[in-house]
Amino acid sequence: MNDNNSDIQARILVIDDEPQIRRFLKVALTAHGFEMIEASLGQDGLNEAVMSKPDLIILDMGLPDMDGLKVLKQLREWSLVPVIILSVREQESTKIAMLDAGAVDYVTKPFGMGELLARIRAALRRSSKEADEPILELGDLRIDRAKRIVTVDEHPIKLTPTEYNLIKTLGSNPGRVFTNTQLLKVIWGPTYEHETHYLRVFVGQLRRKIEKSPSEPIHLITEPGVGYRLM
Amino acid sequence: MVPLESRADPDALLAKVRQSERGKLTVFLGASAGVGKTYAMLSAAKERLLEGKPLLIGWIETHGRVDTQGLLQGIPAVPPCPIVYQGRTFSEMNLSEILHLHPQIVLVDELAHTNIPGSLHSRRYQDVEELLAAGIDVYTALNIQHIESLNDVVAQITGVVMKETVPDWVLQDSEIKLIDIPPESLLQRLAEGKVYVPTQAQAAAANFFRLGNLTALRELALRYTTQHIDIDLETYMRAHAISGPWPAAERIMVCVSESPLSSQLIRAAYRLAASLKSPWIAAYIEIPRLEVAGEKEKLALADNLRLAEELGAELVTVVGDDVATEILRLARRRNVTHLLIGKPALSNIRQIFRGSIFSKILKQSKGISVHIISEPSKNPTPRLIPRRAPSKIRLLPAVFTIGMVALITALGKVVEPAFGLVNIALGFLLPVMITGILWGRYTALLGAFLAAICFDFLFIPPIFHFTVSDIRYLFSFIMFHAVAFVTGTLAGRLRHHAHEARKREVRISALYALSKYIAGTEGLDKVLDMAVQRIAESVDATVAILFADESGNLQIKAYSNSQDKTGADFLNENELAVATWVYHHGQFAGHGTETLNGAKGLYMPLASDEQSFGVIATHFNNRDKIVDPDKHHLIEAFANLIVLAIKRITLAEASKQTYLLQESERLWLTMFNSLSHDLRTPLASIIGAITGLLEEGELFDGTARNELLRTIEQEALRMNRLVGNLFDMARLQRGMLQLKKEWCDIEEIVGIALSDIRRSLGKRPIGVEIEADLPLIQADMGLIEQVLVNLFDNAIKYSPIETGFSLKARRINNELWVSVIDQGEGIPQSEISAIFDQFYRGKTSQAVKGTGLGLTICKEIINAHGGRIWAESEMDHGTTITFTLPLSANSPKAIPEGNELMNHE
Repeated sequence: MNDNNSDIQARILVIDDEPQIRRFLKVALTAHGFEMIEASLGQDGLNEAVMSKPDLIILDMGLPDMDGLKVLKQLREWSLVPVIILSVREQESTKIAMLDAGAVDYVTKPFGMGELLARIRAALRRSSKEADEPILELGDLRIDRAKRIVTVDEHPIKLTPTEYNLIKTLGSNPGRVFTNTQLLKVIWGPTYEHETHYLRVFVGQLRRKIEKSPSEPIHLITEPGVGYRLM
Repeated sequence: MVPLESRADPDALLAKVRQSERGKLTVFLGASAGVGKTYAMLSAAKERLLEGKPLLIGWIETHGRVDTQGLLQGIPAVPPCPIVYQGRTFSEMNLSEILHLHPQIVLVDELAHTNIPGSLHSRRYQDVEELLAAGIDVYTALNIQHIESLNDVVAQITGVVMKETVPDWVLQDSEIKLIDIPPESLLQRLAEGKVYVPTQAQAAAANFFRLGNLTALRELALRYTTQHIDIDLETYMRAHAISGPWPAAERIMVCVSESPLSSQLIRAAYRLAASLKSPWIAAYIEIPRLEVAGEKEKLALADNLRLAEELGAELVTVVGDDVATEILRLARRRNVTHLLIGKPALSNIRQIFRGSIFSKILKQSKGISVHIISEPSKNPTPRLIPRRAPSKIRLLPAVFTIGMVALITALGKVVEPAFGLVNIALGFLLPVMITGILWGRYTALLGAFLAAICFDFLFIPPIFHFTVSDIRYLFSFIMFHAVAFVTGTLAGRLRHHAHEARKREVRISALYALSKYIAGTEGLDKVLDMAVQRIAESVDATVAILFADESGNLQIKAYSNSQDKTGADFLNENELAVATWVYHHGQFAGHGTETLNGAKGLYMPLASDEQSFGVIATHFNNRDKIVDPDKHHLIEAFANLIVLAIKRITLAEASKQTYLLQESERLWLTMFNSLSHDLRTPLASIIGAITGLLEEGELFDGTARNELLRTIEQEALRMNRLVGNLFDMARLQRGMLQLKKEWCDIEEIVGIALSDIRRSLGKRPIGVEIEADLPLIQADMGLIEQVLVNLFDNAIKYSPIETGFSLKARRINNELWVSVIDQGEGIPQSEISAIFDQFYRGKTSQAVKGTGLGLTICKEIINAHGGRIWAESEMDHGTTITFTLPLSANSPKAIPEGNELMNHE
């Protein structure tokens, strides 16, 4: 089922057993120019993924026939398509497991439409050319990756190498969540992947430098129990 | 209200219910041997067999009579079991086999038979009791003369005292079939040789089978049967609340002693009590000076007391000096209306003595009917004369006595001229009195004798002669002896009283101590240990308490002998078997009882009406053949206390469980009630708004539409939070709250919490003051975020829209202090701590939202972290809620700079 209708931004496969969720997603996604395909069971979802080759998959964690993690792992055996998880609050460990297994992001039910769309865009961006742009602009924050300069409202901010590393990593895909483990591995190395307090300290320091109101950050957002994202 | 009299008697009803589970006893009663009881019994059996009821013969005495033997054909019988006793083999009814076969009906002849020693029970009626308890119906045969309460009446009629009797309670719930034939017919049958008479009894039989006798016996049997029916009728009437003439409040008391006349008295009292339908007391007046009686007397007394108990009397023992006084005192205290005392045929001199007792009683017996039953003089019963306490004269006191008399003599000689003989005589009284007080009557008499001699020999003219010049001095001698006698006796009595009182005191204080202990202590094991020690002390024995485990085997739970660890000696196989029997049957057995009295110990069940807990085993150190009934009762009293303790402890447990359950129930109910409200309320707004938009969307302009949509959003978010709170609450209740502690930045958590409630905040100003350089805290990030969200929520709920709220975080000593300050209406001082209770809601004018769980959850979470939370408030000015979190002594490790080389573009 290949089609190249230019109005359509991307094809999204939704795997969720709740018909109401699929219904409202269809309305919302279609309104935003996405084409939506649906499946209600894990196995059906995998089959559909093979057949219709979506650009993004939205996967519910609480499927009746298969564990979401299993679906993801099977998917990852042959496909790199970005996957966004639909999860419930308090399932942090499962979320982390999914992210580590290759999911790109997650949304917690009940979620706002805007939230979901932002994440869908962030996930799709990765595969597009935007990621190669050296300059990243997020509101009053500007990161020049080529010159390694970060400014807020045109004022340059002095960052330590580690702080720059952090903001750079998060900025490699703005809007997308990075798990604590991923960040620690990248910035400090694989042996440090459990030292979450490193992150806390540096995130705090970074916030104090780039946020207008550090206790109410708008750029460096914490995803409790999971990681961080740069918005 | 049902009038008291016509309410059905619950006891009678209960008795009726209990009856229905037991087997039914049918007694074929006859006035004498030969009336045809066995024959009638067998005929009835045959009829039952024809009806198809499974029936067995347990035991039948045909005595070789042909007619009877013919009837045996066709009725299945259980073969007797042989018992070896003193080298000879006897046959007895095979009780265990019958129980095993469990027929519907079994025939057991000769209810009054005594079993050969070595049988399970000593009497056949006990075997029958066991059969009935197992639910088997029993047909049995009995002569009127075997009934306990009629024993002496029969003896009077026939001149023969029956040794084998059946207690009346056995026949209580039975159906009596009277086998009655006119005496003339009986005599005819005797002549025809149809009546069995053992050869030894031929002569006695001739005496027995006289017309007068038989007629009297027949009347007795008829009258007994009538009375029996009467009782049946009354029980029925009571159980069904049919009003009738209820018995008057009479009470009967009979005085029991070791004399055989007592047993007659007891039976007479029983009959009187039965006819008056009143309770009766058998009182034993213990006179200390007569107490040390011989073995035979003790046995007789025990027998009498047991008889009285079997016939249903309440036993009371009183200690005193004077029979008459004690009898009357007891009678008055217990509101006795009829007093029975016995007048043995005594010799005349004794008559004078005893006669005074009767007249004393009669004189002071106002309001009490006194029945004096005298011994029939034609049958003088062998009298048991209580022996005097044999106070021997011991050597040492004798020496002292002699010494004292000598002393006085010497003194006397010295002062003789000044004092005169009279005073010296008085002086001699002194040693006599002292010896009397110290050493009793006989030593005192010795002293008196010596004093008299000395006085006579050395003082009374002519001195150094044993004659007396003045006859009046004889009086002195008499006085010496009298004083000796009186003081000796009195002192002796006093000593004995003291001894008895001390003995009693020990027992009573043991009971009291145990009951106090039971009331106070929690642990069952402690109570049991205490109990065995006390009982062991009080009755001079080794005591153990046995409980049954899950498989029904008895195990030693408490043991008074701390040296013998396992109690293997104490409880060998035989003893264990007896104990097990006692446990299952709920009756006592063993040493000194009628059941299994070959056992080493006395075993009493620990049981209440419904439940059997175990057994108390007592091995007396003094291996008397008879058990002092006092000790028996004491052990019984202890057993009751122990059962009470067990019940109390199990009840306390049960009630605690019930209380917890109730509390739980209550909380859940409250929660359900508010849940329903709190979920429905936001839904109301949501559905209202949505239906409006769907059905009449055109009515609304853009602003209005947004307004409705905002409402829907807010309410939906509210419900989401409520669900979250409920979930947390459920986790807390179940103890599932597990803290995932990690190093956290409080500023970060504040940020997350604020973004959570961003939408509900609206345009409220929020102030955030976080001290610089606050250390990281060890906490569960998600849970602390919850706390902050709940506190913010509260601040929003209880303060007006225009006012903002603020948060302060600072370090104070070793704690992180975080306060959320609002400017709302405040909380009254009286409720300042109650706000953290579950389901608490402020009593404000505003409509209150939320289930009231928010603050409770905060408290639980903060407490779980080792912190504290409290509120401070000023009415109309605002509330500050502060919580603390401990700062860890060890800060996180120093952080190295990141690895710059590891960046990838």
